[in-house]
Amino acid sequence: MLSRTAASLYWLGRYVERADFIARLVEATVRLDALSATPAGEAAWASALRVTYNDAAFATTGAPVDQASVARFLTIDSGHGGSIVQCLDMARNNARAVRTALTREAWTAINRAWLLFNSRLRPGNAMATLNLVEAVKAETRGFEGAVLRMMRNEAVWFIRLGSAIERADNTARLIDVKYHLLLPEGEQIGGVVDRDQWTTILQTVSAVTAYRWLYSDGLKPSLVIDLLLSRPELPRSLAACVEESVEMLGLLGKRTGLQGGADRMARARMARMHRTRSHEVIVGGLHEWLGAFIAENIALDRAIAQQFRFI
Amino acid sequence: MGADRAFDEIWGHGGPANPRAELNALAGWIADTPRDELARRSEAAENTFRQLGITFAVYGDREAAERIIPFDIVPRVFLADEWARLSDGLVQRVEAINAFLDDIYGERRILKDGVLPPDIVLRNPQFRGEVVGIRPPHGIWAHICGIDLVRTGPDAFHVLEDNARTPSGVSYMLENREAMIRLCPELFRSFRVAAVDSYPDRLHETMRSVAPPGAGSRPVCVVLTPGHFNSAYYEHSFLADSMGIELVEPADLVVDDDVVWMQTIAGRVKVDVIYRRIDDDFLDPVVFRPDSLLGVPGIMSAYRAGNVTLINAPGNGIADDKAIYSYMPEIVRYYSGGEAKLPNVETWRCREPQALKYVLERLPELVVKLVDGSGGYGMLVGPTATKDEIERFRAALIAEPHRYIAQPTLALSTVPTLSEKGLAPRHVDFRPFVLTGRNGVQVVPGGLTRVALREGSLVVNSSQGGGTKDSFVLMPDPQSGQGQQQGEMMQRQELHA
Repeated sequence: MLSRTAASLYWLGRYVERADFIARLVEATVRLDALSATPAGEAAWASALRVTYNDAAFATTGAPVDQASVARFLTIDSGHGGSIVQCLDMARNNARAVRTALTREAWTAINRAWLLFNSRLRPGNAMATLNLVEAVKAETRGFEGAVLRMMRNEAVWFIRLGSAIERADNTARLIDVKYHLLLPEGEQIGGVVDRDQWTTILQTVSAVTAYRWLYSDGLKPSLVIDLLLSRPELPRSLAACVEESVEMLGLLGKRTGLQGGADRMARARMARMHRTRSHEVIVGGLHEWLGAFIAENIALDRAIAQQFRFI
Repeated sequence: MGADRAFDEIWGHGGPANPRAELNALAGWIADTPRDELARRSEAAENTFRQLGITFAVYGDREAAERIIPFDIVPRVFLADEWARLSDGLVQRVEAINAFLDDIYGERRILKDGVLPPDIVLRNPQFRGEVVGIRPPHGIWAHICGIDLVRTGPDAFHVLEDNARTPSGVSYMLENREAMIRLCPELFRSFRVAAVDSYPDRLHETMRSVAPPGAGSRPVCVVLTPGHFNSAYYEHSFLADSMGIELVEPADLVVDDDVVWMQTIAGRVKVDVIYRRIDDDFLDPVVFRPDSLLGVPGIMSAYRAGNVTLINAPGNGIADDKAIYSYMPEIVRYYSGGEAKLPNVETWRCREPQALKYVLERLPELVVKLVDGSGGYGMLVGPTATKDEIERFRAALIAEPHRYIAQPTLALSTVPTLSEKGLAPRHVDFRPFVLTGRNGVQVVPGGLTRVALREGSLVVNSSQGGGTKDSFVLMPDPQSGQGQQQGEMMQRQELHA
């Protein structure tokens, strides 16, 4: 496989995953906003900007931090790299550059997702936003389905490796920001708003039901963190992402004979994750731990690029 | 140019009520299928094309950076015997083109024998001194030719233009057929249409057959594209995909010690045959344009060393140059020993004083073309031009006559086409694709029909708003003896439907 093709497939996986994540985040935030009194709603949109690293870019627009402005900014605004439309644009550019490595179905799926935004210029209300993100989620699911039906070879593994790396980053940032999201004055820990915020986190990663299956207790922040950090059953948990990246690197290594720094780094991270107990992480400083995880994820991304001669 | 005067491919000269006898059934289908049903199917086809991203980029048009080419649901049809005659003529012409290129860059017999004025070849901007003395494997230069044809009557086909560099459009031939099989399956039950879907296999076979001698038994073939912003990128990826070979960009290739390598995740892989969709000018900055950021430095040196085959060969531009075109009947006669089976459109070379005088006197009736123009640019269509345009061309012709040729405006044939006002005749041209490999020349039974969508217009270029149609080549009547084989081909068609 051409090095350029491998790089494009990997980034295709990353951008589709990112678009899907932003869509989920917007959807969950609309819900949280609707359920909360005004200040909490505003805080929810501010945190959505922070989770996606978009707070600085948004500040330059001068728009108020409310549902209409932030939802528009995160979905259809093409003036910055952090919106769904830009992620899908990048995903499609990568897919176009490697069309021959994709099946017709996989290409059509990504093209359809991109076409969703062709006629969308106006922000729309909460309902319109929800319809749009619902459609984005459906199309990215369609893409994942198409990828699963491709031949089991390097092309698929590079896409899935990109998804795993991106997903790990997204989940880590989601936990980090939401955990430190301050409750509005007068609200109690364990109160309605607090509970809604944790539910929002679970919704963002489609894990409300998973939580109920795995924990008999009611909603507890420490258990939500346990779920997102260390339960391999949940596809978007850090543990699952770490395992997925090891697996994909293993498959790629077996087929291409290319093993090296990326494999070692990924396996070492997995071994550490298996020893990690979430309550110890919380006691020792969750924010610092997540910061180190995100930094390591970036280092792994670089090691992958080097190992497979991305150009 | 009244469309009413022109020959219609289906209705003949008789109009909808009195179609060509052989195409009665098709005329019946056209008449019996409700207009809104035809419109619905056209729309469905275009939606599919949009979802598949079958697009071309329009340069300088930021609003619609990617467009689909409008598709018309009514096919144009070639009768079996019409096609047999056309094929003959195409094979003869492409053989002559290859012989001409091999001669011009080799012995130059045709110039020594005085058939062409030497300066029209040797001083032609399309003549590439860089490839003089190179002989590609098996002496084949134009592996893939697209010959643009027009028709003016039941037995009158003319060659409008030879495309011996990088003819495009074959992906539309294949996708249009896919759309027709899905949307109008009944047509394939009523008519015995020759299959076009073997084209990618034939192309791959052609590529392998001209691999350099040192390539081994499984030569590595690739398609080289300038990148995904190129207007024909869809076609490039389509071809690589349907042949199951790599689609590479210049940055993926590196030349080392006169060998071309592609850079893969597992290191370098030697490349033997390159179907390059990049013009000569941008192929190798070392040899051609040093300012080009495209291209693969050193690729020409590898080519000269005989380590890689380039398809089509560099230097082919001389064969499809419009000034050379006017000599094509002489060229065909010289190399084939017989008269050209496919005539040219009558052409005046403005470099000749007599011709120039004639052209200047009749500008409002003629089509004047820049010798090195393409895509419908740099062209005067006399009958529809304004006075200003005509005077501008008159001045240009007088200033630089050698840059122009002129042709009569032809009564191009029409095909019924869906328009806002229902079905109406629209002018068409036709580009069949001709492959030349070690084992000879073959014509795929089909091609790209381009249609001018505006009433009376003769401009069919996609960049100028033209559309496309499927082109049916009917197989001979099974009664005539080749029934068995055709039956099998029909079964394949049915499976696709």
